[in-house]
Amino acid sequence: MSTFAAVVLFVGVVAYAVLGGADYGAGFWDLTAGGAERGRESRHLVDQSLAPVWEANHVWLIFCLVMLWTGFPGAFAAIMTTLYVPLGLAALGIVVRGSGFAFRKVFVRTEQQRVVGAAFAVSSVMTPFFLGTVAGGIASGRVPTGGHGDPVTSWLNPTSVLGGVLAVLVCAFTAAVFLTAEARRREEPGLERRFRVRAQGTALVTGAVALAGIAVLRADAPRLFDGLLGRALVLVVVSGLCGLGALVLIRRAAPRLVQGLAVTAVGAVVAGWGVAQYPYLLGTHLSIATAAAPAPTLVALTVVAAAALVLVVPSMALLFVLQQRGRLEG
Amino acid sequence: MTPASLVAQGATVLAADPSQLLPAREQMAFTLGFHIILVPFGVAFTFLMLIANYRGIRRGDDVAMLLARRWSQVAGVLFAVGAVSGTVLSFELGLLWPGLMGTYGAAFGIPFAIEGLFFFVEAIFVAIYLYGWKRMAPWPHFWTGVPVVLAGIGGTSSVVAANGWMNQPDGFTVRDGRVVDVDPWGVIFNDAFWYEALHMLLAAYMVAGFVVAGVYAVGLLRGRSDRYHRLGMAIPLTVAAIVTPLQIFVGDVAAREVARNEPAKFAALEMVTETGTHVPLLLGGAMVDGEPRYVIEIPSGASLLVGYSPDTRIAGLSEIPADVRPPDHLVTTVHLAFDVMVGIGFALLGLALWFAVLWWRRRTVPENRWFLRAVAVSGALTVVALEAGWIVTEVGRQPWTVVGYLLTREAVTTTGNVWLFFTATLVLYSAVGAGTFYVLRLLRRRWRDGDAADAGVPYGPSRAREPVGRTEPGE
Repeated sequence: MSTFAAVVLFVGVVAYAVLGGADYGAGFWDLTAGGAERGRESRHLVDQSLAPVWEANHVWLIFCLVMLWTGFPGAFAAIMTTLYVPLGLAALGIVVRGSGFAFRKVFVRTEQQRVVGAAFAVSSVMTPFFLGTVAGGIASGRVPTGGHGDPVTSWLNPTSVLGGVLAVLVCAFTAAVFLTAEARRREEPGLERRFRVRAQGTALVTGAVALAGIAVLRADAPRLFDGLLGRALVLVVVSGLCGLGALVLIRRAAPRLVQGLAVTAVGAVVAGWGVAQYPYLLGTHLSIATAAAPAPTLVALTVVAAAALVLVVPSMALLFVLQQRGRLEG
Repeated sequence: MTPASLVAQGATVLAADPSQLLPAREQMAFTLGFHIILVPFGVAFTFLMLIANYRGIRRGDDVAMLLARRWSQVAGVLFAVGAVSGTVLSFELGLLWPGLMGTYGAAFGIPFAIEGLFFFVEAIFVAIYLYGWKRMAPWPHFWTGVPVVLAGIGGTSSVVAANGWMNQPDGFTVRDGRVVDVDPWGVIFNDAFWYEALHMLLAAYMVAGFVVAGVYAVGLLRGRSDRYHRLGMAIPLTVAAIVTPLQIFVGDVAAREVARNEPAKFAALEMVTETGTHVPLLLGGAMVDGEPRYVIEIPSGASLLVGYSPDTRIAGLSEIPADVRPPDHLVTTVHLAFDVMVGIGFALLGLALWFAVLWWRRRTVPENRWFLRAVAVSGALTVVALEAGWIVTEVGRQPWTVVGYLLTREAVTTTGNVWLFFTATLVLYSAVGAGTFYVLRLLRRRWRDGDAADAGVPYGPSRAREPVGRTEPGE
């Protein structure tokens, strides 16, 4: 029962990493698109592809928070009282990002657009970084069961920094793949080439950082290291192969296939973290079973998850299908 | 109250409370107070938009259609700000109140899990509706808006269920400081759920209705007397006028339920000091040294309102054990907030009746200047009433977070420095609030100028679909 709730929670984490990640990454490319003139087309594409979906994708974060605090309330409190610095910054980053994005498109004067656009883009990079450090802090077992862990080293440590950097890179990679596909759908070869090169570049950098990360994890988070190269090895390998596949095929294969590979690459490695950590929620000191809420609460969450499967998944599919078919336009 | 006693009181409050309590409460109040203004626009404004949309398709009414499209743009901006400010609240539940979430999350969290579902549906269909103007057929497009309204109702009810649970906790068993058993139905459908949820939903419809009507009333007052402005005022004002009497009724039921189930809160909101019958209704004033002062007194008023008889017994503040009795300044706050809410409620009822009478006599949208002025002011008043209502339910519960189970000072975080977080939030939200106003004014100006450049505006329809050469009704 508690394992099932943990799986549901982790499905939310994976969904947010993939879908929310692609949105954050679009902000990364917005930030690095260059000056107002040079970056105009890129930013327009980012706007167009992000606008209809970012709020729905963002709800996955709420889903994760709610699942965590209801299903595993003690662990939620422990995480919050330990990692409050990066979490507080991430929360404020989310506000800046969402409102900056919403405001930018109403503005017409370049200097105004620049201010709110920069707010959107910078927070699109900072927020996943902070969330990545949170993931690193949890994954390396730095959150004590009773909470109130070290407010600094819990998120400023090798695993957290690796988590933060990887989060930013992975977001950028997924976004570049999605934007390449979007540019192709809109038949804009110049933009397509631009984002394809960026996708390939970030794929290489992400791969390199991930490989270097193995050494970091070995030294800093041996249990996670063992898990990733043990029980979760299949997922790690799948992630690597899919990433490689996306890198190689992005020129030739259908955009949908490349998007699928990129999504699988990201999803698999995040799922790998979950598998590596099983059966613990925090380090090796708090197991999923111990942390879980009483059974009736878990049953209620299961019902909610089932309802999500029936209500939310088809709705979301409808949204994505309409968007992919170009039926949604601002 | 003398300054010395004020200082002494402040000192004892501070000495008894953990250092983070004040900033944490201020931060929660501020961010919730900010978010709650946006709620009616996600929940009820979308309903107004659909009415205009329906009318636009059904009767081929271009003006209604234009209103619907412009309202959807406004709803889009407000929904975005509401979504992110709502997310902050989720973080804050853990960052500020780990004592609440860590211990009671297993029960308290369930309504939020359901709210998450509704929010998903709402966010998805808001996006489809906002971006579907251009390339979807009119009726299917209209129907994609319907789930937004339904999900708004469901989501609001779920969040209010959580709030009701804090006021009248139910559906769980605590042993040794741990929640060991939960009855999810009992948690969701707690005794405060029905009237609180209904009260909040009607409030959302009142706020959206009066605020939007007020915007167009200002336009009419400034001489833009055209069908666009008349319809823009008539649709929301009609909804608000229908909802207001219902709200007065629900509010009355709610007050009586509070008297029965939350006697401490009721004693605070009517400033009842001693238990007894023939309790007077006190209007205005303040609690000074444990006694109500500077009040207008209506003999036996409170007893009559609660039980329709002057012999109705009402519990006083003195019944509350001294260590959990709300201090004078909180009683004053709750009492005045309640008076403000009720006062505004009745003023708006008067406005609704005025509208009904004018409509009855002329069958046209009234353009009487005093009436328009009243409508213009009503928007701001409903927002004040909404905030006052939240103060009543939230401050009225103090010193408890979960009545009878968890004190707010036990719920608050003990780590970090909340003042820093609060300051950063204050600065950021001020910018976002100012930005929102600026963006809405920008949209309005653009519409008024009939500027074709709004084709590039987000969250909304491009003007490409409008027939070329049509005159701007907004001019």
